[in-house]
Amino acid sequence: MTIRKTTAMIAAITMLAVGACAKKAPEQLPPAPEGTGTDTGTNTGGVVPGSQEDFVANVSSDRIFFGFDQYNVDAEDQATLQSQAQWLARNPAVRVTLEGHADERGTRDYNIALGERRANAAKNYLATLGVDPSRIDVISYGKERPAALGSNEEAWAQNRRAVTVVIAR
Amino acid sequence: MTLARYLIAGLLMTVASPVVAQTPPVQPPVVQPPADGPRESITGTLSQDRTVIAVPAFATPAAVNVAGLNTASLGKQIADVIAADLERSGLYAPLGPGSVRAITMAEVRAPQFADWQARNAENVVHGFVQASGTGGLVVGCYLYDTDLGSELVRQGYEIQPADWRRAAHKCADAIYSRLSGESPFFDSRVAYIAESGPKGNRIKRLAIMDSDGGNHRFITNGQALALSPRFSPDYKKIVYVSYLNDRVRVFIYDVNAGTQKLVTESKNATFAPRWSPDGRQILYSMAVGGNTDIYRISAEGGTPVRLTSTPGIDVGGSFSPDGRKIVFESDRSGGQQIYTMNIDGSNQQRISFGGGRYATPEWSPRGDLIAFTKMGGGEFRVGVMTPSGGSERLLTNSWQDEAPTWSPNGRVIQFFRTTPGKAGKSSLWQVDLTGVNLRRLPTPQDGSDPSWGPILP
Repeated sequence: MTIRKTTAMIAAITMLAVGACAKKAPEQLPPAPEGTGTDTGTNTGGVVPGSQEDFVANVSSDRIFFGFDQYNVDAEDQATLQSQAQWLARNPAVRVTLEGHADERGTRDYNIALGERRANAAKNYLATLGVDPSRIDVISYGKERPAALGSNEEAWAQNRRAVTVVIAR
Repeated sequence: MTLARYLIAGLLMTVASPVVAQTPPVQPPVVQPPADGPRESITGTLSQDRTVIAVPAFATPAAVNVAGLNTASLGKQIADVIAADLERSGLYAPLGPGSVRAITMAEVRAPQFADWQARNAENVVHGFVQASGTGGLVVGCYLYDTDLGSELVRQGYEIQPADWRRAAHKCADAIYSRLSGESPFFDSRVAYIAESGPKGNRIKRLAIMDSDGGNHRFITNGQALALSPRFSPDYKKIVYVSYLNDRVRVFIYDVNAGTQKLVTESKNATFAPRWSPDGRQILYSMAVGGNTDIYRISAEGGTPVRLTSTPGIDVGGSFSPDGRKIVFESDRSGGQQIYTMNIDGSNQQRISFGGGRYATPEWSPRGDLIAFTKMGGGEFRVGVMTPSGGSERLLTNSWQDEAPTWSPNGRVIQFFRTTPGKAGKSSLWQVDLTGVNLRRLPTPQDGSDPSWGPILP
């Protein structure tokens, strides 16, 4: 039975995540970064089904967060990704890009690799929830596109992220 | 005695700064470093005994315009560039054309040594700028010892007028090499990333310039994020990462043609490119499903060779100058550390064992040292170690100093320095191997990812 299998996989992944490095989720959701695909578009008065705006309005968050130099998907991230998977199931024609990001406390090339690793962790988890991986593109921005601009723990926690962005059709 | 002074100058370049802590060459077992260990500091200052060199304006037999440039004006500009090069080396205290009298054409071959001794100049540079008669320029470059009254350097360059700065750098190189015993490095170029715009959405453009910041030129327009450029050894091409069409890919840009091509076709992100010393091969990293490995491919294309296969992030990499080994970084031990391997991927060995994380290793063109970024205690610092991991020394001490690149003679390192905070910016810096001669490089915008090429062909 598909649902049971999926539930079992979620449970397994949840257990894997237990004991992983503590991760400080940001106190508040960061503002939408410029130029990294979270463009909410021009407001035409109604939300277009399957659009980025529709996605953001109907998932618990468009992004998940990671601990320093970590890429594990913890329980909170799983809940976020579950809400995204549900939306993607309701909008089967929609493709998304998973953007991986790192904070500024890593070197440039390594952070590209780390961001890619984080985006893939999110992609893989969505796949376990039944999202066809061929619907998901991955791109890493490394430390090039911080969402929070400060140089402190709170800002860094907001920047260690994987953001799901609807690909405009 | 003059010779003794030269030896001292040479020693300044080769002896480790005593204030910088050293790691014994014996490789200890992996140990957890203290979270915030004792901090090394760099407290040195430039030597007070720098050799005084007078660099008066170069003479001209006739002040004429060549391609819109006046030979008399160029005589002063060339002397200015030479004096600035010598000053930047940290070894010399030049007296440029702004502080000493001009010379006549006759003095070029017959210096008034007493005049320069009166200015406490141990050496004097003379030269001339002359129209070649074929639309070019001839620049003469002479170095004299004022005590001995002897000629130490005599060179002439026939150049296109637009290349006048190269004549100045070549003259400065001849002087530096003769006095220090080191190989030249001024007549070289730097590729880097020019930055502008807010921190959250930086515009990053590929740009090139001379080693002193002269002849600056933007290459890309900033529409696509550009990162980590490297000049080919012949300076004809630049390999770099572009986010063109929202993908992370390595391109080779042809400097003369103004065109670019992909290094390899792949759906996966490719980044961190480097040339082999002969320019025939390119090293790059590719991320596949969260796992990054290092590959080598012909610069002409073809089938890439995968060099690493351990789970995790293997990234970056830099060839040894003989082209036989590669130094790279890997987090296979749990955090970023530096490893070496043969160019076929065999014999992978960890060489960094100090506390903290190590990244961005770059093999010196002399082969004797590997420069790196060391992360720990909330800071990034630039340091050097031997290819076997010994004699580690940190050369800088700031919030974030990253991505060292070597001068052609392996005596100076450029890197970029980032300041913290919402208005944090990056700039280009250079430091010599003593860690003392630290300078910021002039760039029209902010700068990062410097890449110093070899002596110009």
